[in-house]
This record gives sequence, structure tokens and C-alpha cells, in this order.
Amino acid sequence: SSQKPTKKKPRTVKVTFVDRDGDEITVDAKIGDTLLEVAKEYDVDLEGACEGTLSCSTCHLIVDKNWYEKIPDFLTEEEQDMLDLAFGLTDTSRLGCQIVVSDAIDGIRLKVPTETRDIRNL
Amino acid sequence: SNNAALSGGRRGLTRIAIVGSGPAGFYTAHHLIKQCDDVRVDIFEALPVPFGLIRFGVAPDHPEVKNVINQFTTLALTDRCRFIGNINIGTDININQLRSYYNGVVLAYGAEEDKTMGIKGEDSYGVFSARSFVSWYNGLPGYENLNLNLSSGDTAVIIGQGNVALDIARILLTPLDTLKETDICSHAVDALSFSKIKKVIMVGRRGPLQVAFTIKELREMTKLPQCKTMIKHKDMLPYKDIISELPRPRKRLTELMLKTSSDGRDISNDDNVLELLFCRSPMEIIARNEITKGIKLEINELIEDANGGNTTAVGSGEYETIDCSMVLRSIGYKSRNIDPEIPFDEKLGIINNSKGRVVNNGTTINGLYCSGWVKRGPTGVILTTMNDAFETAGSIIEDNKNGMLPSSNTARDILNDIKGFEPVLFEDWLKIDEEEKRRGELVGKPREKIVSVLEMLQIIKNNKN
Ligand SMILES: Cc1cc2nc3c(=O)[nH]c(=O)nc-3n(C[C@H](O)[C@H](O)[C@H](O)COP(=O)(O)OP(=O)(O)OC[C@H]3O[C@@H](n4cnc5c(N)ncnc54)[C@H](O)[C@@H]3O)c2cc1C
Ligand code: FES
Repeated sequence: SSQKPTKKKPRTVKVTFVDRDGDEITVDAKIGDTLLEVAKEYDVDLEGACEGTLSCSTCHLIVDKNWYEKIPDFLTEEEQDMLDLAFGLTDTSRLGCQIVVSDAIDGIRLKVPTETRDIRNL
Repeated sequence: SNNAALSGGRRGLTRIAIVGSGPAGFYTAHHLIKQCDDVRVDIFEALPVPFGLIRFGVAPDHPEVKNVINQFTTLALTDRCRFIGNINIGTDININQLRSYYNGVVLAYGAEEDKTMGIKGEDSYGVFSARSFVSWYNGLPGYENLNLNLSSGDTAVIIGQGNVALDIARILLTPLDTLKETDICSHAVDALSFSKIKKVIMVGRRGPLQVAFTIKELREMTKLPQCKTMIKHKDMLPYKDIISELPRPRKRLTELMLKTSSDGRDISNDDNVLELLFCRSPMEIIARNEITKGIKLEINELIEDANGGNTTAVGSGEYETIDCSMVLRSIGYKSRNIDPEIPFDEKLGIINNSKGRVVNNGTTINGLYCSGWVKRGPTGVILTTMNDAFETAGSIIEDNKNGMLPSSNTARDILNDIKGFEPVLFEDWLKIDEEEKRRGELVGKPREKIVSVLEMLQIIKNNKN
């Protein structure tokens, strides 16, 4: 028939960002996208200078404590190396470009760090 | 976007000029344009090509770092942002002239000079600044003929232990076949093919806990093919027990150094070697007929501040000499003053400012700002510069809201008034970019940079005809 196949809507889960001003925004994040891509799509103030190649740490996010352990994406040595340069580093910091949206993180809450001054003495 | 941010200020457009098209310039523009609907930004650049140290600093084997250029390009292609290259502010147009056309001017011109060691023999042949070496392999116009002596000996000493020093060491020690596939200049590949340098010694004034390079860069070095990273185990031992108490970044870096350290017995004669040497200060370049033969170093003792503050190095009065044919000083970049109207702190090498607002003798100069390395000093990565640029942009937005920005000839376009110059616009740069990529493709690299300004301008002209 000449009927167009209906495009399947991508499956999504809920992701909540808390931006630099403390405002919360909850979005429908496509499964398979990285959190950096989600942030870009919904205009959340998160940079991504190196475009997800683990070379900048401008995509630093602070994960809510009770969600941190539930993220399936393993924290690699390379990601830790980059995180070490992030400002306002916490025990639940991750890089947004390294976390892929999946059912496992449906409902996750993340903060864009407000700390912009380098207080470390590196 | 936030229209309300401007509602208390003047009506109509707010025109901002930015001096310098590095990350500080572009990130300041990005934040301003994103936050305010009626801001227009012109980015002035002395060279015909944009992006500052992203193009002329970042190492050719780190192409991922340069991805940020894509974001800057998108911004420069919007109608609220113009790139105006090939205009040197301070020389072609002075600051006051520029200010008369804009409500605000942001100085983001980076740090183009370098610090010297101030030791005897420093101007001998074979001593180079990190800045000129980097400019040479990255194709900054004017450095293509730097006469390096890469084949007169097998050892180079780098003074400094930061990421720039590691970049230089990597370029000297990486197998040439790997470098050939990057956007490193072909004149550098040609010269490096004759290089005899097999050993690079990176010298630090203080100890292993004070190195300035970051972990990613050190890890990369330890994984370099045909190259060993030599850190003496005995230098690391005293820190073994305190590592766990260090803040996380320093802790992980020191752990990697400890893990890498050895007694050196596993190094064979075929290996290239990077050696880290601690607690040494440069005293004198040993030269014969003004040609570098070695460097004399003083051995330092470390004095720990009782309050856990700064660790200082104090000369012990004992010396040693290392034979080498090349010395590269990588002890920091330095900004210069481009216009006598700018209140410049010669000692700190930065523009006097408070949160990016230029301050003269305690008084803020309305409508004049600074951003990036010229504001904060030449340290930190792109992220640091980005945060810094956002702070300056924030100050501008606040001042605009409070009606603090001066009015100007906003009806006039400076491009119509500057005669006798050849401004290079972003679409002109795209022609250069295209040509560089075309030339790169012929030799299997992402691009072959054009290093002559005249040639760049010629390409633009040819495209206009
Ligand atoms: C060798 C080297 C390697 C680096 N590698 C990395 C890296 O891998 N990762 C990372 O995150 N950071 C890296 N950095 C740091 C990063 O480059 C800086 O943080 C950043 O470039 C500083 O930005 P800026 O805009 O203040 O200065 P710049 O990038 O220097 O930009 C200043 C611009 O102003 C222009 N200008 C100067 N004078 C005038 C004038 N009178 N009129 C008009 N224009 C003028 C210059 O031509 C230049 O384009 C590196 C730095 C160096 C030196
Ligand atoms: S975008 Fe650069 S590290 Fe994530």
C-alpha cells in the first residue's frame, strides 16, 4: 500500500536536571542518548567542549547520592582522570557524555555544578 | 534568553567588541549572546585566522581538544556575532577608538610572551622558549623558520613540569609516523625526521607533589610506544605513606607517579626516555662558542610550610651539570600591554580587574572588561578559561542591566570607517580552512596549516575574483 510507515517514537525515561540557578527541569530523555546530548536537546546549561571525547570535563554533573550507584555505565580510569580537573568535584561526580540513558536511570536527578572557581591547589 | 536582563538599560542594541578570538573571546561572546537577545558582538583578531591557542597551542596529537572549534564556528556564523580578523588592536586601532564604536570592549588577547629564566648563557644557540617551539610545530606565522638544532645531540632538557612541557616532550619523543597523521606542520615533520633527541629531562624546582601537569597527560606519556617514563623510585618513596591523605586529584596523580617509578634498570638503549628530575633550579647554560653544551643546576631542599601551605624550594649550594644540546624553558607564558590606556600590572602580567571589570587605581572603567589569560594569568585549561569568560560576561550583563555601559556611535559600523586595512571576515577564514583541509587530504592529514599571512590573504582574494 502507499501508506507511510508510522515512525516509531523513541522510548524515553524521565531525567531531572538542576541548573546553575537551582531551577529543576524534568525532561523526556531518549534511551541511547548520552546525558550530554539530552542536556543539549533541552537547552540545559551544560557545555560539551570536546563533544564527548573525554578531553574537557565541561560536561561535569553531580549525581544525586541515591542514584550514583545505580548508573550502569562503569566509571573508567580515563573518566576519573578527566573528572580530576572538574571544578567542584564531589564523590558523586560524573561526566555527562559518559552516561547513556537507559531504563536503569529512569527518574535520575543531576545537578549542574555551580562551583566555577578552581579552589584546588593543583 | 533573558530579555529582562536588559530592560533597565539603554533601549536598542548593545554592541560589544571583543579583542582576541581564543577561547576567552569566544566563550565571552557565547555567554553574552545566549543570555541577552539584543547583544551584538564583534570579535577582533590580530591574525587572519581565529581560535588563538586552540589552533596554535593545543598539541597536534590532541585533535579531540580542538572539537570546541565546531561550537565557536556555529556562533561565528550567527548574525549576532562577527569575526573581524587581521586587525591588530593597539596598533591598527587603539582602545579609545574602538571604545567609541561600542558600548563595551572586552580585552581577551591572551599571553603572547614568555618568561625568561634570567640565567647566564640563556641566549646561547640551543636554548628555546616552549612558546616558540610550540608556535613552530603548530604553524604560528613567523615561526616556520625557527632554527632548531634537533640533530646536534641526543638529550634535551625542559625547564618546567607542566602540561606544555609534557606536550613538547611528547612531540620530541613520539614516533614520527604517528605525528605525520596529525595537523602538525610539514616543516616540523621534516625537521623532526632528522632529530637525534632520544632523551628528554623535565626539570622541576620543587618535588613530586608540586608537579603542574595533569594525570591524563602523564598517563598518555607512560603509554607512548617505544618510550619509557623514568621517575626515580627513591624520589617517590618519601610520599608513599601520605598519598592517601591528599585531595583526590593530587592523590591519583601521585599514585600514578609512584606506580610508574622504577630504579631505571628496565630501560634499554633502544628506548626513548622521558625523565622527571625534581628539586633542581637552572643556574647557567654551559656553552662553547655560544652553542649549548649543557646546563648547570642547583640542587634544592624543600621547606614545608608549617601550616600545610606552600612548599618552597631553597638552594642547597650543591650543583650538578647535565650534558645536553638543547634547553627548552617552559616556565610560563606572559601577557603584554597592547595600549598605554590599559591599566596593566607589569608585575603580575595581567590587566587590573575585578571580576573582569577593568580597574584603574581603584576606579572601575565603565565599559572596559577583560577575560581569559590576560585577566587571570596564563594557567589552566580551556575549562578554566571558559568559567573565567562566563564570569566576565556575567559582569557585563549586570552592568548593562544597571545602565552602566557607556553609549557610543552605535549607528556607525567600524568596518566602514577603517581604511587601509584588510579585515578578514569569518567567511574568508572558511576559504582558508577549506584550502588547508584540501592540502591536508593530499598528504593524509586532517589539514596542512598555511603559515604565511600573505598567502592566506591571497587565497581570500583569489576566492573573491
Ligand atoms: C602549548 C599549550 C597547549 C595547551 N593545550 C591545552 C589542552 O590540551 N587542553 C586545554 O584544555 N587547554 C590547553 N591549553 C590552555 C588553553 O589554550 C588556554 O586556557 C586558552 O587558550 C586561553 O585562552 P585565551 O583566549 O585567554 O588566550 P588565547 O587562546 O591566547 O587567545 C588570544 C587571542 O588574542 C589574539 N590577540 C593577541 N593580541 C591581539 C591584539 N593586539 N589584537 C587582536 N587580537 C590579539 C591572539 O592572536 C589570540 O588569537 C594549552 C595552552 C598552551 C600554551
Ligand atoms: S564533553 Fe568533554 S569530557 Fe564530556
